[in-house]
Amino acid sequence: MSDLSTWFQVLLLGLPATLIATVGGIALTVVLSFVAGLALLSPSRTVRVVSRIYVEGLRGTSEVVQLFWIFFALPVLVGFQIVPIWAGVLVLGLNHGAYGAEIVRGAVQSVPRAQYEGALALSLSPAQRMRRVILPQAVVEMLPPAGNLFIQLLKSTALLSFVFVQDVTRQAHDVLIPAFNPYVFPILLLTLAFYLVLSLLITAGMRALERVAGRRLGRVAVGVG
Amino acid sequence: MTWDWNYVADVLPALLDGLRITVIATLLGSLVALVLGLVFAVLMRGPAPVRVVVRALVEFVRSTPLLVQVFFLFFVLPQFGVTLGALVVGVIALGLHYAAYNSEVYRAGIEAVPRGQWEAATALSLPRSRVWTGVVLPQAIPRVLPALGNNVISMFKETPLLIGIGVLDIVGQAREAGNTTFRYVEVYTIAGLLFLVLSYPAALLVRRLERRVVGT
Amino acid sequence: MIVFEGVEKRFGDNVVLSDLDFTVASGEHVTLIGPSGSGKTTILRLLMCLEAVSDGVIRVGGRPLSHMEKGGRLVPADEKHSREVRKHIGMVFQQFNLFPNMTVRGNLVEAPTRVLGLSRDEADARAVELLDLVGLAEKIDEHPSRLSGGQQQRVAIARALAMRPDVLLLDEVTSALDPELVAGVLKLLREIGETTDITILCVTHEMGFARDFSHRVMMFDGGRIVEDAPPEELFTAPREPRTQEFLRAVLGR
Ligand SMILES: Nc1ncnc2c1ncn2[C@@H]1O[C@H](COP(=O)(O)OP(=O)(O)OP(=O)(O)O)[C@@H](O)[C@H]1O
Ligand SMILES: [Mg+2]
Repeated sequence: MSDLSTWFQVLLLGLPATLIATVGGIALTVVLSFVAGLALLSPSRTVRVVSRIYVEGLRGTSEVVQLFWIFFALPVLVGFQIVPIWAGVLVLGLNHGAYGAEIVRGAVQSVPRAQYEGALALSLSPAQRMRRVILPQAVVEMLPPAGNLFIQLLKSTALLSFVFVQDVTRQAHDVLIPAFNPYVFPILLLTLAFYLVLSLLITAGMRALERVAGRRLGRVAVGVG
Repeated sequence: MTWDWNYVADVLPALLDGLRITVIATLLGSLVALVLGLVFAVLMRGPAPVRVVVRALVEFVRSTPLLVQVFFLFFVLPQFGVTLGALVVGVIALGLHYAAYNSEVYRAGIEAVPRGQWEAATALSLPRSRVWTGVVLPQAIPRVLPALGNNVISMFKETPLLIGIGVLDIVGQAREAGNTTFRYVEVYTIAGLLFLVLSYPAALLVRRLERRVVGT
Repeated sequence: MIVFEGVEKRFGDNVVLSDLDFTVASGEHVTLIGPSGSGKTTILRLLMCLEAVSDGVIRVGGRPLSHMEKGGRLVPADEKHSREVRKHIGMVFQQFNLFPNMTVRGNLVEAPTRVLGLSRDEADARAVELLDLVGLAEKIDEHPSRLSGGQQQRVAIARALAMRPDVLLLDEVTSALDPELVAGVLKLLREIGETTDITILCVTHEMGFARDFSHRVMMFDGGRIVEDAPPEELFTAPREPRTQEFLRAVLGR
């Protein structure tokens, strides 16, 4: 039993890195998703093409390769080394942002045409139209697929152990497995449990957001009617 | 200092050999995932205890990192007397992980088959196994081929994490080369391009299939 | 041929059929009429074992359908027993439910080869003969999606007949059809009624058809039989007020 608490504490030492990578990655993902997603819908052809290249390029290559490229190749080109955890956040954000961009684009396009026309009739500026009319409705559509995307991102944080980030996975692999080899079964089960709990937290958080967003939308509709 | 074509020529054979391993892992892993995913999906319509257990397994597999699952099989299987090569363990892990995803895909396809089809098959007294193989699956599977195809492509891009257990796939070869020469730009750029060159056309193909399926 | 003994069917707390007793003789044509939700479809689905009875016993050809005899007692039927009894019952659905992944031929030979163990040639010969009967011989290698609703329904009838059933269940088989296609299907059913000795249980809103096709009409309401009489009697001089009201509503008189 004391073994179990040792393992737990060792894994816990990796939790901050896993959490920073997850939260930072999600934050960057959200920003990039909106920027690239709206850019995909831009009236300017150049903006659309640039965004399309970003989306297809990042979705078309492997996340591990992206990670190694930023961690090993980029320093050669720019002349300085990025702290592993931030390299990790950058890759997680860039990669999942490309997937998120498609979610944003799809959700915005799913808002009924009449809503655009209604906003146009109120002579709102294009930016106001997007911010005040279209996005609030689109966000409700985005939340369920975003929840899945964030769980994917959480799972991808384990890859950062390849570039020396001391996350939960690396704690298990580098510290616990060599030290407690006969017990790999319970140790790795415990490690998986760590991630399961984090996944469930993300799911619960997204459910709460979906409820809030749904209610907001209800209130907006009442206010307008 | 930035790009050396001679070096590229030197490492390319090794990278292509790695690509071969990546493709093999993807194909075998997908085979496992396609079959096992279907088994999961069918079991999810079985009696309550089976359904609950399979459901829980699928959720668990989908909620935890593939890399840790790979470690799990790699380190735990030998303790039960099962010693397999790293590539085989990798194929099993990829297959199991994506079977969980595919089971959801199949499930959606199965649920899209109208109830009347089940009832007509039952009314004709067709045995249960034939209802599946003759009536339900032939209608469910064509609809979900694009989604299954997307999962094959996703798996392809995820195989590099098998370097964690020493599989010398494309990234494994790139890393070996990079670590001996300390030249990383070429190897990782080429590795990335190789992924792009294979996965992007595949993705376009799947999108075309998607439009055709929607069209029917 | 068919016997209902104190049959009850509940969905949760909702009692759909209660304490139902009736018999249908061999070769008899019985039509069920009644308002929507009165339980007509449920009776056919119970006979087809698509639903399980909550209480009571159904017998077909003397054998209990929902139950089987084991050591002199009736115990709930297992899958094997249900399938055995069901082999003698055919059903045609409102929505045809042809298998879209098979040709017309495939639809017709599937069950005879897989369930009755006919050879491919025997089943094929039977399919050709039945398609001749329903007037669709030239469509044998078409896919169902390329047929009109009326044609699909005629294929569905042929598919049910291919099992050489003793009992045929018809649930509003013309309700999903365009008006001009209804007559063809009804004509086919009359022909089948006249030329075979199959016991037929039929739910329909076509009162004209019910009148000249059936030997007996049962009026349902709220899961009970309100009136059970020969058609000439029930349609011209209904005894029960509920029947009179219902007929007034559907016949618009
Ligand atoms: N699977 C089910 N679950 C719950 N309730 C059901 C189910 N099937 C039927 N019912 C209920 O049973 C009652 C009888 O339904 P049934 O389909 O037998 O009526 P019906 O006489 O065929 O009506 P209609 O003329 O509309 O076809 C209805 O109240 C219906 O809501
Ligand atoms: Mg009905």
